[in-house]
Amino acid sequence: MSSIAVNGGLQRTASFYQSVVGKKVVMAATGFILSGFVLGHMIGNLQVFQGPEKLNHYAELLQSLGGALWAIRFVLLASVVLHIIAAFQLWLLKNSARPQAYVKKASIATSYAARTMIWSGPIVLAFLIYHILHFTTGQALGSQFVKGDVYHNVIVGFRHVGVSVFYIVANILLAIHLYHGVWSMFQSVGVNHPKYTPMLKTLAKIYGWVVGVGNVSIPLAVLTGVIGASVK
Amino acid sequence: MKIILNIWRQKDVKSAGKMVRYEVPTVNEHMSFLEMIDVLNEDLTRKGEDPVAFEHDCREGICGCCGFMINGIPHGPERGTTVCQLHMRHFQDGDELWLEPFRAKAFPVLKDLMVDRSAFDRIIAAGGYVSVNTGSAPDGNALPIMKQCAEMAMDAAACIGCGACVASCPNASASLFVSAKISHLALLPQGQAERDRRAMRMVVKMTEEGFGYCTNTGECEAVCPKGVKIENIARMHRDYIKSAFTYREESTAGGAG
Amino acid sequence: MALKLDSKIPSGPIEQKWDKAKFEMKLVNPANKRKFTVIVVGSGLAGGSAAASLGELGYNVLCFCFQDTPRRAHSIAAQGGINAAKNYQNDGDSIYRLFYDTVKGGDFRAREANVYRLAQVSVDIIDQCVAQGVPFAREYGGVLANRSFGGAQVSRTFYARGQTGQQLLLGCYQALERQVDAGKVKMFYRHELLDVVIIDGRARGIVTRDLATGAVESYAADAVVLATGGYGNVFYLSTNAKGSNATAIWRAYKKGAAFGNPCFTQIHPTCIPQSGDYQSKLTLMSESLRNDGRIWVPKQKSDSRGANAIPEGERDYYLERRYPAFGNLCPRDIASRAAKVVCDEGYGVGPGGRGVYLDFSDSIQRLGRHTIEERYGNLFEIYERITGDDPYSTPMRIYPAVHYTMGGLWVDYNLQSTIPGLFVLGEANFSDHGANRLGASALMQGLADGYFVIPYTMGNYLAGVKPGGVDENHSEFRAVKEKVSGQTRQLLSIRGRKTVDDFHRELGKVMWEYCGMGRNEAGLKHALERIPEIREEFWKNVNVPGSEGELNQSLERAGRVADFLELGELMCRDALIREESCGGHFREEYQTEDGEAKRDDEKFCHAAVWEYAGADKEPIRNIEPLNFEYVHLVQRSYK
Repeated sequence: MSSIAVNGGLQRTASFYQSVVGKKVVMAATGFILSGFVLGHMIGNLQVFQGPEKLNHYAELLQSLGGALWAIRFVLLASVVLHIIAAFQLWLLKNSARPQAYVKKASIATSYAARTMIWSGPIVLAFLIYHILHFTTGQALGSQFVKGDVYHNVIVGFRHVGVSVFYIVANILLAIHLYHGVWSMFQSVGVNHPKYTPMLKTLAKIYGWVVGVGNVSIPLAVLTGVIGASVK
Repeated sequence: MKIILNIWRQKDVKSAGKMVRYEVPTVNEHMSFLEMIDVLNEDLTRKGEDPVAFEHDCREGICGCCGFMINGIPHGPERGTTVCQLHMRHFQDGDELWLEPFRAKAFPVLKDLMVDRSAFDRIIAAGGYVSVNTGSAPDGNALPIMKQCAEMAMDAAACIGCGACVASCPNASASLFVSAKISHLALLPQGQAERDRRAMRMVVKMTEEGFGYCTNTGECEAVCPKGVKIENIARMHRDYIKSAFTYREESTAGGAG
Repeated sequence: MALKLDSKIPSGPIEQKWDKAKFEMKLVNPANKRKFTVIVVGSGLAGGSAAASLGELGYNVLCFCFQDTPRRAHSIAAQGGINAAKNYQNDGDSIYRLFYDTVKGGDFRAREANVYRLAQVSVDIIDQCVAQGVPFAREYGGVLANRSFGGAQVSRTFYARGQTGQQLLLGCYQALERQVDAGKVKMFYRHELLDVVIIDGRARGIVTRDLATGAVESYAADAVVLATGGYGNVFYLSTNAKGSNATAIWRAYKKGAAFGNPCFTQIHPTCIPQSGDYQSKLTLMSESLRNDGRIWVPKQKSDSRGANAIPEGERDYYLERRYPAFGNLCPRDIASRAAKVVCDEGYGVGPGGRGVYLDFSDSIQRLGRHTIEERYGNLFEIYERITGDDPYSTPMRIYPAVHYTMGGLWVDYNLQSTIPGLFVLGEANFSDHGANRLGASALMQGLADGYFVIPYTMGNYLAGVKPGGVDENHSEFRAVKEKVSGQTRQLLSIRGRKTVDDFHRELGKVMWEYCGMGRNEAGLKHALERIPEIREEFWKNVNVPGSEGELNQSLERAGRVADFLELGELMCRDALIREESCGGHFREEYQTEDGEAKRDDEKFCHAAVWEYAGADKEPIRNIEPLNFEYVHLVQRSYK
């Protein structure tokens, strides 16, 4: 008789996740949260162009959220962890699904973004860790870190050319990651229609560009001296 | 014209294989690709060497038997065609080509360019059907079906089960194949009764067979000889999610009498 | 010893025969069905539907196919459609008309009772397939669409684009896989039948070779069903799949199953012409193309102008001219022969003058490119892929090719061969198409046999025998296994200078030349001398590389060609003795003044049933007289 059991309860959640589709749904759902976050984060950060008061006030506002901030942080952290675990498991699966590689293999449809997801991801993760140490907890900035003066930290941080270049490269990769990820997450949860999917792909492209340009503009503006003249 | 072939030779499922170089000096542009290998095989046989094993049957692009990689692309460089329908007029004199079997854990190589695709049958057996015993059908016109639904079902049902989608996928996923069957039946009223169960069981079986997952690269639809679209994969995901969240236990209450 | 042929046709009016037979058949109690094992060889429309239906009923089914999965069976390549007497078009169709058309189309060489049953169950087939999810073409209102086919004046053909065979086979394959999942059918892939095992006069099993490993294996059962398709590949070039073979039916014949009408082969009029010596097979273009395509040749011999450069007035639409009532939709045998005639006379087009035009320009003008694309898009693509020409702008070039074999193992009304317990379904049997099959009737017959006939007649047979009693250790199984292994070893030991395909091509040329579209006494006699010579050389000079215990495609082909080399001879023998022309069998000596087939109902209104008499002995020709009580014997006219 049939060997396929369809279970209930906890087992059901587990078996949902165990399937190749389940893992992709987790990737898509967490990707959705994270891509929403990066856009919001970027818009918030652009206040750097409006001067120190505006940006620091925004930071204070976020800090004043208290418990809610921690809830958001928890959701984001959980999303990052799940996104990474699922990605890692899928990567393992990819290798086990084709143990012997082709002598010659051409790809004819895969976009650059899709092909690079697997290493744009880890680099963005490394960047994320550095970014938190840099501007949130301050270890990476060392003695120059002034708790509460976000504007100061940003300007000082980005005056290091090496750091800025790392930020710029990582954010370009993030933009590329988003380009494939943003339309792909819709496909993974089952949204595809010949009329709307091309639009969605265009939207994903715009999304990637907007986040990328927005994020890259800050270190560039600091390096070129457009902002931050007030900080010594 | 002359064609140079580097062909994967592997004695059996347990042995290791390697690329071997052959020259076919007398290729006619009207030949099909497989006819060119026939010519090579006749030569090898006359020379007392082992001919190249490859899968083929109908040679009109519908049975789904044939298929191997030509320069890293399943069924070769022409779009929307199986290798048996690929003609040599698309190649140039002196071209050097690399022929390899489809590679995936779920498709063990049997010999040379032949692989075992029985995993596909086991996935179909898991739910790729409408459970209707012979004789119990209502009149064919009892249930009107929107023309467009019938057409879309046909688009998905056109899949020939060749495995090119798995071969081309960077993750060796069978999503296009599995979703084509799920879609074919999900688009028709006859397929509704078992729709959730089918999606659940076929996806679980696909995972068990060791196929990879879909990263939405679109390689599969680009090489599919029948033009099956990844829109079907989205439908499969949709059906699977719905069934995973709404599935009810089958009642175990016994029948009366 | 002459065979006693009992066709077991039920008595009574033709409309009631099948119902009466079904009622009179013995039944197997539901609880006892699981005690019986049935072997089904072949997984196409006939075998697949039989295995699935028998599994549903509760029998243990072992199903074998030589391909890597049952979905590859050559039924998949059928393009045009499947007939059924639904009369959804309100155009005067009925079971009786389908019956009449099929008997007439077969040139009065089929059994009336079988054909009537076929027409009766045709309507159930469509219902069954729709319920399985076969995506038949639909009208905007959601109802099933129909198209016309050759040999009929009503629209009764159901279709799924140009892939009807594929879709019906997938429906049947899915039903089969459902039974595999339910544990009622065990599927054996890449297994080729090498012999049938007969114990105490009953078919009790088969011996197979596992093509992946080379292992020779035995399987015992209570009954054996052969649904292994036709033998068109005896001609080397045909529209059959490369793997299609006659080994199962031929070896059953040599075990005592009689062979009916071996010379009845169908040459399909619309195939893509051969392009060179390396050609490995011919590709069919569905007959449905003749609905909207017009066939013509230039009025001038050896006209070297391109098709589009020939003005309307200089074209000869020879089918419309000769057969005004049916025009381009006359039956296959007639259309094929007409093409041969114009090409023989020097009007042919393309390389070697072996081709005629099939032109869609009128239809494209009348219906628009979109409609033509919707109806035939995939066929046009196939054509363009193979030839490099675009049929939307230049007419297709077509030529007849071997397509189907109406002959096959003789079966009675219950589809049982002359060996008790050995049933034969689909193209492998001889039963329903007479001397010519109408388009879209092969799918109908395969599914009728498998879904709606064998479930009843198998029960009737099994109800009369005790289950089991014999297993694979029986001495007969061991003897047969030893014999087939011996043949394999012999083939491998020759190591001659010619390849298997060399011999196959040689046989094919002889068959096509002398036993093809036109046959005559001198040619057939010549073929009967040539074929034994080729066969003798084969067994001395063939080179089969490799060994027994491995995947060895040359060895597979060698075994099949060895059988074709014997079967070809029987076909020529049958063609020589049948001194009349009927359907696909056209003896040049027997034709009317205007070149139509001339039957001889006095002498040949019967099925020729050949009985194997042993190696090197002439086979015995038995006859089963055919009685036509409902359709009166007339000369077919499609004018």
